[in-house]
Amino acid sequence: MSQHLIILPILLPLIAGIILLRTRMGVSHQQRLIGSLATLALVVTGVALVVQASSGEVTYYALGDWRPPFGIVLVLDRLSALMVLLTAVLALGCVVFACAGDDEQGSNFHGLFQLQLMGINGAFLTGDLFNLFVFFEVLLLASYALLMHGGGKGRIQAGLHYVVLNLAGSSLFLIAVGVLYGATGTLNMADMAVRLGELDPERSGLVRAGALLLLVVFGLKAAILPLYFWLPRAYATAPAPVAALFAIMTKVGIYAILRVYHLVFGDHAGNLAAPDQDWIWWLSLATLVVAAIGVLAARDLRLLIAYLVLVSVGTLLAGIGMRTPDATHALLYYMVHTTLVTGGLFLLAELIGLQRGKANTRLVKGRPMHRGNLLAGLFLLGAIAVAGLPPLSGAIGKALILQAANAAQQPWLWPILLLSGLCALIALSRAGSTLFWRSQEGNPSDARIAPCQWFGVTWLLAASPLLVVFAAPLSDYTLATAEQLATPELHIHALLPENGGES
Amino acid sequence: MESLYAVTTGSMSACGLFLILRGRTFPVVVGLTLLSYAVNLFLFSMGGLTTDGAAILDGFANYADPLPQALVLTAIVIGFAMTAFVVILAMRARGDMGNDHVDGRQLDDGREERR
Repeated sequence: MSQHLIILPILLPLIAGIILLRTRMGVSHQQRLIGSLATLALVVTGVALVVQASSGEVTYYALGDWRPPFGIVLVLDRLSALMVLLTAVLALGCVVFACAGDDEQGSNFHGLFQLQLMGINGAFLTGDLFNLFVFFEVLLLASYALLMHGGGKGRIQAGLHYVVLNLAGSSLFLIAVGVLYGATGTLNMADMAVRLGELDPERSGLVRAGALLLLVVFGLKAAILPLYFWLPRAYATAPAPVAALFAIMTKVGIYAILRVYHLVFGDHAGNLAAPDQDWIWWLSLATLVVAAIGVLAARDLRLLIAYLVLVSVGTLLAGIGMRTPDATHALLYYMVHTTLVTGGLFLLAELIGLQRGKANTRLVKGRPMHRGNLLAGLFLLGAIAVAGLPPLSGAIGKALILQAANAAQQPWLWPILLLSGLCALIALSRAGSTLFWRSQEGNPSDARIAPCQWFGVTWLLAASPLLVVFAAPLSDYTLATAEQLATPELHIHALLPENGGES
Repeated sequence: MESLYAVTTGSMSACGLFLILRGRTFPVVVGLTLLSYAVNLFLFSMGGLTTDGAAILDGFANYADPLPQALVLTAIVIGFAMTAFVVILAMRARGDMGNDHVDGRQLDDGREERR
């Protein structure tokens, strides 16, 4: 059983998704139960994977028992286990929240949701560059349909941009994979790392071009500065549980950057090592600046949170741009925090919007809210966490990232990161006071909040205080993950025992 | 053969790129299709072009690299599904927004003429 544990995060949602797709129209109680239980099982699997990976050993699952580098492999190390668990925890909050009625707006919500989880988990686990493309497509196809779940002008329009951009991105991904295969003759990432070490110098230009093309593709997923324009509108118009799940989608891009540029283009690759570093460093700072302006300019709570996602992307990329184990450790901690908190905020925005009737989430005077104090308390919690104020987890994550910068990077990173936090704080306090204090006279709306919705929001937002309480074990884990990432030899040796010694 | 192949792939991707940058959904969809054709051709050639290559039987004779063929099949299937999806999406956008501009805006007539 434990041998097959690695493929379970892909099989489980796949089977659940197929069962759920059997009936097309309407949402039954049974479907909600299957969807929630499958996601709960995924959380359990994620915990088991983290336990297995925390021994520090890199294990792999060879599909069809074809040995690497010939077959397709799924690789489990600390990073992929952490990402799978993070996805499952986030997804549980989203799917339970959706059971309150969001899943009835269109058809097939639960089935698509599970298939999306399958794509995300597959992208985290695969050890093969082409398979990464395939799982990207799986998660994108599901996300196209989920983004437009329920229909409506805004969603269709944002969806069209999202689909066209990502299709163009997929073409680029294929070209990059083709270039890298042509130059190295392999698609297995560990094997590619070995072959880059002994590459014919004539081909290094080709590999470099392929590597930077890949950066464009991953940057599009992660929403780096010139490639982020699809994000705010898509996230702001998507249904709340989908927008919350999409909080992990930008992290798929960040994961791919971390994985590919640490494993394939690590220090052993000679003059091809880290071709992405300068680009990521400067673009991440620019992303932070633009996102902070966007946060201040947003006139809608959902748009504001979408720009906060961009702020977190900029922060994470700055961590990647530093490329030290310390920085990776910091960014992994911050990634867990920001994914769960922004997901929770998207769900909370939906609750606030439902209560305010016509005003919805626009930052204008609206009618008072039923259970407004409780919502305001949750909003305060989320705002403190996401703006990075002590005592919640955002402050710890940011402090770790600030600390990881070296003397040359500090003058750039510190002011930009701290000022972007200030912008977020200003925007969130303005939004909060408009939403909760400047309401019109009148009776609160009678829209009740279902227990499922309370669960979804508190499940995700409670992560922030919990991340502070359990900061020590988590940061031990992320520190070990960062060290594992910084020594790709371990990874290569586990997959290709005969090659591990010489690289 | 290599130069013909390269010119074909290159001109197809150039046409595809040009069409993707147009303002209407139909040219954009055609552009995406052209681009995916170009990518498929490119993928097919990525293991190097060989003629008269047989399938791998014993591994010694002149054989064709089987991996690009497998990959290009996968890419064709995915590309086909995506194209079908984007066509339906473009029709839906046309229906919902009343025009086929990618931003959903009806441009004024003067600018319309020049496009």
